[in-house]
Amino acid sequence: MTYEFLVASAIGVLVAGGIFLLLRARTFQVVLGLTLLSYAVNLFLFASGRLVLNRPPIWDKTVTEYTDPLPQALVLTAIVITFGMTAFVVILALRSFLETGSDHVDGDKVPSDENDGEKGA
Amino acid sequence: MSWLAHLPILPVAIPALAAPLTLLLMRRYPGAGLAVAFASCAAMLACALALLAGAADGSITVYALGDWPAPFGIVLVADRQAAIMLTLAASLALIALLHAVITGIDRKGWHFHPLFQFQLMGLNGAFLTGDLFNLFVFFEVLLIASYGLLLHGQGPARLKAGVQYVVVNLVGSSLFLIALGLLYALTGTLNMADLGVRVAQIAPEDQGLLRIAALLLASVFAIKAAVVPLHLWLPRTYDVATPAVAGLFAIMTKVGVYSLIRVVPQVFGHDAGAAAWAPAPFLMPAALVTAAVGFAGVFTARSLSEQASYAIIGSTGTLLIAVAGWQEAMLGAALYYLVHSTIAGASLFLVADVVARRRASATDNCSPGPDFADRQQVGLLFMATAIATTGLPPLSGFIGKLLILKSVTALPDWGWAWGVILATTLFGVIGFARAGSMVFWKVGEGEAVPASAPRADMIAPAIALALLAALSAGAGMATAYADAAAAQVLDRETTARAVLGDGQP
Repeated sequence: MTYEFLVASAIGVLVAGGIFLLLRARTFQVVLGLTLLSYAVNLFLFASGRLVLNRPPIWDKTVTEYTDPLPQALVLTAIVITFGMTAFVVILALRSFLETGSDHVDGDKVPSDENDGEKGA
Repeated sequence: MSWLAHLPILPVAIPALAAPLTLLLMRRYPGAGLAVAFASCAAMLACALALLAGAADGSITVYALGDWPAPFGIVLVADRQAAIMLTLAASLALIALLHAVITGIDRKGWHFHPLFQFQLMGLNGAFLTGDLFNLFVFFEVLLIASYGLLLHGQGPARLKAGVQYVVVNLVGSSLFLIALGLLYALTGTLNMADLGVRVAQIAPEDQGLLRIAALLLASVFAIKAAVVPLHLWLPRTYDVATPAVAGLFAIMTKVGVYSLIRVVPQVFGHDAGAAAWAPAPFLMPAALVTAAVGFAGVFTARSLSEQASYAIIGSTGTLLIAVAGWQEAMLGAALYYLVHSTIAGASLFLVADVVARRRASATDNCSPGPDFADRQQVGLLFMATAIATTGLPPLSGFIGKLLILKSVTALPDWGWAWGVILATTLFGVIGFARAGSMVFWKVGEGEAVPASAPRADMIAPAIALALLAALSAGAGMATAYADAAAAQVLDRETTARAVLGDGQP
């Protein structure tokens, strides 16, 4: 088992789970799907600098092999942005549920809503 | 470095400074806050015009942020195309802001003005940047501001549409990042000019990956541009958005088109191996269907704002028919039509708002409503906007469509393009005529707003129409500039030399 296989399959499983959840009808599952997808994207971006073990990212005269520092900076930016966006989607989904009384992505009421107990205000 | 050398950063810096200022001022001193908002938009317009004049001779101004040379640092590239888009964004922003302030919609919730400024910062940054990752960041800036602006005014309908809009765009952002990761892994750079040089040296076994990256990027831009089949988020979102905001959003789909025009010739040009012009075979059919779907929506829409949303989709389709040829004459026609269709689309939303404000309970539904104030004047405004949108003479839409029709004859399958453009124009004319006669000619039940309603809210759409008239009066100059911009976009080597220095091929 190589590291490449481990990382590649982890990204693949995360993307598969993310897409499955994204296609669900309820906002909570969609938000979870978005989170899984963004994890996968972050891992993928990180791997775009090639997988290197135990090497410094900073230039030094005595070192000949490095890990690429740029993808780490890119991942950091992507993490910050997706974190902010996920927080926003969660609040938006909550507000939408409270105002429309439905947590479906298209805002429609479906029969099963009636069994969910109290539906907000 | 003289003061003028910092001109390219100003369209990003001005709104970034104005946004927190308006945030602080609007609470206690709304007058000062409004002054800052307008001054910021006016300053942006001045900068854009200065850049437009500076780029007229074909020079490419490269601004290295922090003075780090490309490709290691991030650069802003101000060429003709960027200058056109900046001028368009600043003009549209002034019109939308004016309408928002006149109709008082900016006071319906908190933080309209800061979000508006941040939206402009994202737009201007996306137009200026010469770095793909930076393009992603500016996309996010303009998107998160647009989420706030879309929800401005609250209400269940906006929240419902907001969830879909945000989720679709977040998925688009993920795809964007995957494409960027692929490109970085293959080339080791994200500077667009540098990418254009390096894609030529990619090993044969990696050509498939490069092609995937090209197609992924094109699909992300297609989501932003609302190209069929990725358009479903648009009608509902723009329909429920506050009209002044929807007017500004008219340029958001054009950001997708702009990115296509910028990135594809620069990075995936003729020597990109398997990825050379990779999106082209898919773009043409998609553009044809988009134009058809958009104007079919214009034909069947139930309210004026829904009609405006579909007109935006249709005009993007018409625009992409010209873009998909990737030839100089077509891109020139496309750039001219892009400017026209953005202003015309925004004007449609504003006129729909003017109608809705006067008809009270009937809003802007395409059904006979009460006899409302200023029916003739608003009707004339609607007719002029409809003429512009569908492309009838004498407004600039006619010239734009004529240029597109003339230039696409160079394509082998130009019959399709002609058929779709002419048929959709007919559909659009009938659709607008039907909606206009329902709203302005037939009088039905319902209470209208008293006749003393102020007429000031007609100013912003009238300014938009005046701009369109100017665009058709100055069509010679405008098309010459657009053609020169198209030539510059397709001339990859000159841009690469300007960005990377003379040592590069």
